[in-house]
Amino acid sequence: MKTKFAVPLALFLGLVVFFAIGLTHDPREIPSPLIDKPAPDFTLPQLHAQDQTLSLADMKGKVWLLNVWASWCAACREEHPLLVAMSKTRVVPIVGLDYKDQRPEALAWLQEHGDPYDVSIVDAEGRVGINFGVYGVPETFLIDQQGRIRFKHIGPLTRKVVDETLLPQIKALQNG
Amino acid sequence: MVERAVAGKLIPRVLLALACAASTHIASATSAPLAVDPAREAQVMHIAEKLRCLVCQNQSIAESNADLANDLKREVREQLAAGKSERDILDFMVERYGDFVLYEPPVRNSTLLLWGGPLTLLVAAGAGFAWTLKRRRAAQAASTPETTAGNDAAARARARALLEEAPENTPEERA
Repeated sequence: MKTKFAVPLALFLGLVVFFAIGLTHDPREIPSPLIDKPAPDFTLPQLHAQDQTLSLADMKGKVWLLNVWASWCAACREEHPLLVAMSKTRVVPIVGLDYKDQRPEALAWLQEHGDPYDVSIVDAEGRVGINFGVYGVPETFLIDQQGRIRFKHIGPLTRKVVDETLLPQIKALQNG
Repeated sequence: MVERAVAGKLIPRVLLALACAASTHIASATSAPLAVDPAREAQVMHIAEKLRCLVCQNQSIAESNADLANDLKREVREQLAAGKSERDILDFMVERYGDFVLYEPPVRNSTLLLWGGPLTLLVAAGAGFAWTLKRRRAAQAASTPETTAGNDAAARARARALLEEAPENTPEERA
C-alpha cells in the first residue's frame, strides 16, 4: 500500500526538481554557436570618419571587445556607464558596432552619454550583426589575438559580469 | 441639397480610405521588399516558417514582424535568389544562431531525450498499465471462489436460469 503513494510522489518531486532547475535558466539567453570559433570577417565604415573602414584583420594580435549598441536601444543606456568606466582603465580596446542606427542620432547619443569606444563602426543594415548572431542589442563579444570569439554576453553588461567573468577572461587571454 | 448630403457623408469616408491607404503604403515602404515572383516568395515563407524568431521566441520569422525577423527574411530571399538551397540557408542560420533557431531540432545526443522521451514514456506507461491489469486480474481470480462459493449458490442458479430464459441472446452478448 505504501508504494502506491510513493511512486506518484517520487514522480511529482522529480518534476518539481526539473522545473526548479528550468526556472533558473533565462530563456532569452541562447548559447551562441560562435564561441571559440573565428569571428566572422567584416569591413565596415567608421562612425566618426565616414571615409575610413575597420575590418577584423585590423584587430589581429589584440584582445578586444566588440560592443553592439544603438541609439534606439534603451538597455544600452543601462550598461553604458560600465563601458565608459572600463574604457578609462584602458584594460582592453573596445570597438562599438552601431547596429541598424542613424548616423546623426548615434553621434548625438555618444556626445550625450560619453564615448567609450576606441573605434565606432556602422552596421546600418544589420548584416554583420546577423553574421555575429546578434538578436538582442546590446551584445558584447570578447575576441582574442587570433580573432576567435571567446565569450559573448547578451543584454546589458552588469558590474557582476564585468568583474567576475569579463575582466578575469581578458586578463587570462592577455597573459596567455 | 440631396447631393450635398451625400457628398457630406462621402467625403469623410473617402478621406478615411485615403488615410488608410497612405498608412499601409508607409508600412510597406519600411519593411523589406518582397521577392517579385510569387512562387519564390512562397518558397521564402516556407523556409521562414522553419526558423524561430529569436526576439519573439514563440513565433517563426514568417509570422513575426520584428526587425530581426524582417532582416532574416531578407537574408533568405537574397540567398534563394543567389541559388542557395533550403539546406544551405538553414545551415547558415544554425551557424550563427545555433540549433535554437530551428523549430524542428536535429536528432543528436543532446536531443535524444527530446525525440525519444515521449515514446519512452508511452511504452513505460503501457507496460505499467498492463502490469497493473495483470496483477488486478490475478488478485480477482484468487479472491472470487471464496467470497461467492458458499453463500451465493442460489443466486447463481437464478442467474443461470435468467440467462437461459432470455430469448434473443446473441453470441457476442453471451461472450
